[in-house]
Amino acid sequence: MTARVLRRVAIFVVSVLVASIVVFLFMAVLPGDPAQVALGVNATPELLAKTRAEFGIDRPLVTQYFDWIGGVLHGDFGRSYVTRDTIGPQLLDRLGVTLWLVGAGMLVALVIAIPAGTFAAVKHRKAAGAGVSGLSQIGVAIPAFLAGIILVQIFAVQLRWLPSGGWTPPDQDFGEFFRGLILPALSLGLVQGAVLTRYVRSAVLDTLGQDYLRTARSKGLRPGQALVRHGLRNASVPVVTVLGLQLATLLIGAVVVERVFVLPGLGSMLLDAVASRDLLTVQGIVLVLVVGVLLVNFVVDVLYTVLDPRLRGS
Amino acid sequence: MKARIPVLAAVLLLVVSGCSAGSSASVSAGPDTLSVGFTAEPANFDLTRTDGAAIPQALLYNVYEGLVKLDSQGRIVPLLAKSWTISPDRKTYDFQLQPGVKFSNGAPFTAEDVKFSLLRVQTDWTISIKSTMDVVDHVDVVAPDHARVVLSKPSNGWLFSLTSRLGAMFSPTGIADLANKPVGTGPYVVAARKRGDSVVLKANPAYWGRKPAYQTVVLKYIKEPTALNNALYSNGIDVISAITAPDSIPQFQADDRFQVVQGTSNSEVTLAMNNARAPLNDVRVRQALTYAIDRKALLDTAWAGRGTLIGSMVPPTDPWYEDLSNVYPFEPAKAKALLTEAHATNLNLRLRIPNLPYAVSAAQVVQSQLADVGVRTTIEPLDFPAVWLKQVFTDHDYDLSIIQHVEARDITTFGKPKYYWGYDSKRVQQLLAEADSGTPEQQVADMKLVARQINADAAADWLFLFPNVIVAKSKVTGFVQNQVSESFDLTGLAPR
Repeated sequence: MTARVLRRVAIFVVSVLVASIVVFLFMAVLPGDPAQVALGVNATPELLAKTRAEFGIDRPLVTQYFDWIGGVLHGDFGRSYVTRDTIGPQLLDRLGVTLWLVGAGMLVALVIAIPAGTFAAVKHRKAAGAGVSGLSQIGVAIPAFLAGIILVQIFAVQLRWLPSGGWTPPDQDFGEFFRGLILPALSLGLVQGAVLTRYVRSAVLDTLGQDYLRTARSKGLRPGQALVRHGLRNASVPVVTVLGLQLATLLIGAVVVERVFVLPGLGSMLLDAVASRDLLTVQGIVLVLVVGVLLVNFVVDVLYTVLDPRLRGS
Repeated sequence: MKARIPVLAAVLLLVVSGCSAGSSASVSAGPDTLSVGFTAEPANFDLTRTDGAAIPQALLYNVYEGLVKLDSQGRIVPLLAKSWTISPDRKTYDFQLQPGVKFSNGAPFTAEDVKFSLLRVQTDWTISIKSTMDVVDHVDVVAPDHARVVLSKPSNGWLFSLTSRLGAMFSPTGIADLANKPVGTGPYVVAARKRGDSVVLKANPAYWGRKPAYQTVVLKYIKEPTALNNALYSNGIDVISAITAPDSIPQFQADDRFQVVQGTSNSEVTLAMNNARAPLNDVRVRQALTYAIDRKALLDTAWAGRGTLIGSMVPPTDPWYEDLSNVYPFEPAKAKALLTEAHATNLNLRLRIPNLPYAVSAAQVVQSQLADVGVRTTIEPLDFPAVWLKQVFTDHDYDLSIIQHVEARDITTFGKPKYYWGYDSKRVQQLLAEADSGTPEQQVADMKLVARQINADAAADWLFLFPNVIVAKSKVTGFVQNQVSESFDLTGLAPR
C-alpha cells in the first residue's frame, strides 16, 4: 500500500511539472504583448521597452520559466503585470470562493443524485423509476450556464427572492453569503446531479443483482433494508470514481457560473487575466487548477482502497 | 426512500422562500447607500502608473480633485482653484486656491501641494498621456493659497488636461501606497475593496465643499451586460453607469421603477482606414467608401439607433463642434464613380476589428454596403485588447478597422503621422499647433478648420458618436448627462 501511494505521489509531482511547462509555453506563443496591453493606446516605443524590462519579459524564455517555477516552489507566484500586486494571496482569496461554489454544487448534486438514483434503480420496472431516469436525461443535456440564466430570471429578476449575483464572504454576513450561494450552487449542482443520478442508478442496479443481496433478503430483510445494510457501500465504489471525474468538470463549470453570477473566484480571475495578457497570473491560476484536479484523482485513488478491501493487496 | 424527494423539494422551497424576507436590502442597505454598476474594474488605484479608464472613472472628482473640472457641457469650471488668471502672453497661470481644504489624511492642501503634484507628473508618472504636462516649465508658490504655473510655450491643451487625472492633487504625505491607499481632497475616501467584485467609497467627514448626499457608494463591477441588467432588476444595484447592451433600454423605459438618462460622450465609433497604404492612400478611394456607407442604417443596426451622427472627430460638447454628418451623404452611385476614376474597381480589403459587440455588428453592415459598390471585405475579429493593439494599432497591419476612440479631444491624433491612421497632413499639423498656442477664439476657429480638413480628406469615416446611457432607479437624481470627463461624477447624486 505504501509503494502504491508513493508511486501516486511521484506521478503527481511529474504531472504538475509537465503542466507548468505546457502552460508557460502556451502563454509565450499567445499573440499580444503584455506591456502593450498594460500601457494602452498611447504607448510610446520607449515606454513599451521600459515596461517590458520592468515585467522581465524581455529575457530569454528559459530564464523566465526557471525564475517563475523557482518562485512558485517557495510559495511566491510573482507580481501581476496589471494590478502590480503579489499574486499568491489573491489566488488564495479567489480559490476560497471557487471552493465554496464547487463544494456547494457537489452537495446539491449528491443530495439529488443519491436518493433519485437509488429510487430509479429500485423502481426501475415501474413508471416512477423510468420518470426519474428520463428527468435525469434532460438534466444532463442542460449546460450549467443556461441553468444559471434560467434560475436568475425566475428567482432574481422576476420573484426578487435571491440576488442575481455578487459575493459576500461568510465571515462578513453569513445570511447574505448563503443567499448568494444558493443560485450558483443550484445551477452547478442540478446538472451534475442529473449526471450522477444515472451513475448511482446503474451502480445500485448492479448491486441489486448480486448474490449477497439475495442472501440478505432470504434472511427476511425488505429490499430497501438489504440495500442500505449491505449494498450501498459496494455501490459507492464506482460512484466515487465518477465523483472524482465530475469534480474536474465541476471546476470547469464553475468558471462559467462565476461569470454568470459575478463571483470573484478563480474562473473569473482567469478570464480577466487572459484578456489582459497578465501572463504570470494566468500561469499561477492554471497551475493551481491542475494541482487541484490531480489532487482529486489522488484522493479518489486512496479512497478506493479504503472502500474496497480487495484493492489493498495490490 | 419514497417520501424523501418531495420532502427535499419542500425543504429547498422553504429555504428559498424563507430567505425572501428583507431581501430588497441586499446591497442598498439604507437610504444613505447607493450602489453603482460598472463593466470595467480598476486594476489598482494608482492612476499615475496604470493606464485605462476604470481608475479615473472611480476616483477622479470623487476621491481626487484637481484645480479645475469639466462640467457636463464640457466647460472648464473651478474646483480646488477658486479662480485663475492667464497672462497676456498666455504662458503664466495664477491660481487662487480654495481655503480650508484638507487631504483625507489630515494634511492641509496648499500651493506647495500644487507644485508637488504638477511637477511629479513629469518625474514619477509612467502612463502614456503624461506628455501633455511636459509644457510646464516651473511652478512658483506665491502664497499658501496662490500657485503660479509658468509654461514654456502657450498651450490651451494644458489647462484642459488639468481637468483629467493629470491635474489630480496629491499630498507628499499621501503617496506611499497609491495602488492601495489613495489620499485626495475629494468628498469620498476609499473604504474597502473586494477584487473582482466591488470598491466601497465612504463620505469624507472633513470635506471642504458641499457634503455628498450618499454616505456610502458601492461601485460594483459586473462585466456581462446581462448580469449588469439583472443586478438592477433584482435590487443588487441602483444605477447602471453606462448601458452596453442597447436592446435592453426599451425594457427599462417601460418600467416605472427605472429612469433612462441619455446624453452624449467623447466616444467616436470610427471606421479607420490605413491612409499610408494602397489603395487607401488615394483620397478618392477613401471618399468612395465614405459615400458607400449608410451611417444612419448602420447606427440602427449596431446600436439600436441610439447615438449621434457627427461626421467628424468632434463631439457636440467640444466648443468647435460642427455637424459634418451630411458632407458625404449615402450615394452608392457616386462611390462607384470615384472608384472607377481611381482605377480601384476590384478591391479586396481586410476589415480587422476588435471582438467587441458594437464592432462586430457594425462590421457586418459595412461589409454588405461596401459589397454593393463592388468592394469586397474580409472581416477578421481580433482578440481585444491584446491582439488588436499589437497588430492594428502598433504594427499598422490592416486596411480597415472599426473602434471607438474614447479619449477627450482625440482629434489631435490626426496631427501625428505615426499614429495608426497613417494620416500625414502638414496643414492639419500646423493648424493644431496654432490652435494650442492661440487665444480661445483662435483655438475654436482653427479646430473647426482641422475638423473640416480631415473630413474633406476622408481621413476616416466617423460612423457615429456613442451615446451615454445611464439607467437608474427613479429615486436617484443628479446624474451628469453627458460623459465628457474621465470621471463618473458621484458628487451631485442625491435621493429624490
